[in-house]
Amino acid sequence: MSDLASRSAAPSGADRAAGARRGWRPWRLLARLNGPQTLGRGPAFWGGFVIVCMLVGIYPLFSDGWTVGNTAYFFTWTFMAMGLCVIWGYAGALSFGQTAFFGLSGYAYGVLTLNIGSAYGFTFLALAIGVGMSALLALLLGYFLFYGRISGVFLGIVTLSVTLVFETFMAQTAGPEWTIGSARLNGFNGMTGMPPLTLPWFDGELVLWPDIPLYYLLMGMVIVCYLALRIFVNSRFGNVLVAIRENPDRAETLGYDIRRYQLGAFIVGSSLAGLSGVLYTAWGQYITPNSMGLYAAALPIVWVAVGGRSDLTATLIGTLAVLWVFQTLTIYGSQYALVVMGALLLVTVLFAPRGLVLGLVDLAGWASGRLRRNGPASGQEDA
Amino acid sequence: MAILETRALEKNFGGVFVARAINFEMQPGEIHCLIGPNGAGKSSFFRLILGQHQPSAGTIWFDGQEITPLKSFQRIRLGISVKFQVPGIFKALSVWQNLEIGLQYHMQGDSLSAEIRQVLDFIELTDQATERAGNLSHGQQQWLEIGMAMSVKPKLLLLDEPTAGMSPQETAKTGEMVRTLNAEGMSILAVEHDMTFVRQIAQQVTVLHFGEIFAQGTIDQIVADERVAKIYLGKTNEA
Ligand SMILES: Nc1ncnc2c1ncn2[C@@H]1O[C@H](COP(=O)(O)OP(=O)(O)OP(=O)(O)O)[C@@H](O)[C@H]1O
Ligand SMILES: [Mg+2]
Repeated sequence: MSDLASRSAAPSGADRAAGARRGWRPWRLLARLNGPQTLGRGPAFWGGFVIVCMLVGIYPLFSDGWTVGNTAYFFTWTFMAMGLCVIWGYAGALSFGQTAFFGLSGYAYGVLTLNIGSAYGFTFLALAIGVGMSALLALLLGYFLFYGRISGVFLGIVTLSVTLVFETFMAQTAGPEWTIGSARLNGFNGMTGMPPLTLPWFDGELVLWPDIPLYYLLMGMVIVCYLALRIFVNSRFGNVLVAIRENPDRAETLGYDIRRYQLGAFIVGSSLAGLSGVLYTAWGQYITPNSMGLYAAALPIVWVAVGGRSDLTATLIGTLAVLWVFQTLTIYGSQYALVVMGALLLVTVLFAPRGLVLGLVDLAGWASGRLRRNGPASGQEDA
Repeated sequence: MAILETRALEKNFGGVFVARAINFEMQPGEIHCLIGPNGAGKSSFFRLILGQHQPSAGTIWFDGQEITPLKSFQRIRLGISVKFQVPGIFKALSVWQNLEIGLQYHMQGDSLSAEIRQVLDFIELTDQATERAGNLSHGQQQWLEIGMAMSVKPKLLLLDEPTAGMSPQETAKTGEMVRTLNAEGMSILAVEHDMTFVRQIAQQVTVLHFGEIFAQGTIDQIVADERVAKIYLGKTNEA
């Protein structure tokens, strides 16, 4: 340790910004895909990743448009799940009200497109505005929550209350006086009839009904979002998030304004919940207050907890798996499916508190560790 | 100008004083030890300096600036760093990451990695860099936290019982570390029970008792003070 005293304790903001500019290298960004906060690295993982993407990519060739469109429905939910993973799994703040953002953005998309239509790619602008509204709400709500130092179970209670208030409010908008422009909110029955996402396409339009093109669009979005979030949680910002999750007091006494980081994570995660809301609404041309109710609010927590909240990959796999199981069970009756869902959560909490996917990864690591230790190359790290 | 000064600092919890009329002063470049019986208010004094407790009365000054109204992270940014009594490391993260999180505020890229390697070398944890911090021995966890605290090169380093649970060899090694840091200009305020360690490092000693400054002086003056022996030293010498 030389020249300990030569650097002043805290460089000025300008110094740090200059350092940041000098240090910026695109490959550093890519290296973050493999960072410490996400499972999976190296050729084996990324090889598997490419293979899975290819399988998911060729699946529509072996199916019909209707089934593929229904599969695309699963994708619409993954953004809310990955967003909750960031807020809860990485930043350690359990929000029970992500559906508030889901509903806000979904309704916003409906109101905008019912009024303005779908020409000139406006549906995508509506998507952006819808997501932006969630970001704004997250900024306001998050400011009061985190700068008010609300945490733990109280955070869950407040966020849950917000989504339930939204649900209650929207449920009483059945009367004809509840219209915005030409869009009727329609109370408990929900809004219908908004256009799907629509791309200007050569001399016509590509209307993305739940069919193969929408499937590919959503698949691409899931992959981009997943990779971008991997970079995000492995960035310097992500480092601080996990530090806050592990020990908020320590993180603050390293000089971090933890409220800002929690707020940042909340905005990112809630915008993604909003994205799910828009995509869901555009997928089915339909949104109801139910999507912000207690039951809907609990679902993302189940997906993320069952998969493994502290890892994006585990969350993504877990969410898709649970959605698929749920859908399959619903064919035999939805009460039945609910019971199974509850049982699944219980089993997870009791036997694999880190989540089933992460539990399996742990088990595999433990087994291979045992194999290695019992093999010829043993004798290290046993103490 | 004092590096750290408190004026009439007071903190009470519903009538119980953990700090009472503390007028404390410490000069730049000094190693100052804070001793006193269990519950004397040593850790509370740290929490007051760090802004984790708001004082009931009085002011705190750091490096010529009043910091009483500042938030915890703002005080840290002025150049204060701390190792807590209960290990304040991120147990689920690797040793490397623990250091990275502290240091990335100040640098990045290659200089960040180089600095982390230097710190690892200094705290003798190079071989444990990828180990989960929670898996380290107790002494190593203490060193890791000292490493986190000193890596950011604070002007003032607060150490709350840095040698608790360490073997005599580890304690001696910690003393060397503290002196190396001090030789390079860092002011250090340490809470300590181990009088051998205090003797090894301290230039000035303050005794706290029931939240008040009970005695102050050089280590020899303190050890010679019979009043101090009665409330504190006598006990630890037997233990
Ligand atoms: N938040 C609090 N509310 C009420 N009393 C408190 C609080 N924090 C500390 N105390 C009391 O303040 C007193 C001083 O505690 P402190 O931890 O500062 O002692 P200490 O000198 O560090 O002791 P030790 O040597 O055991 O670490 C104790 O009697 C403790 O019970
Ligand atoms: Mg203490």
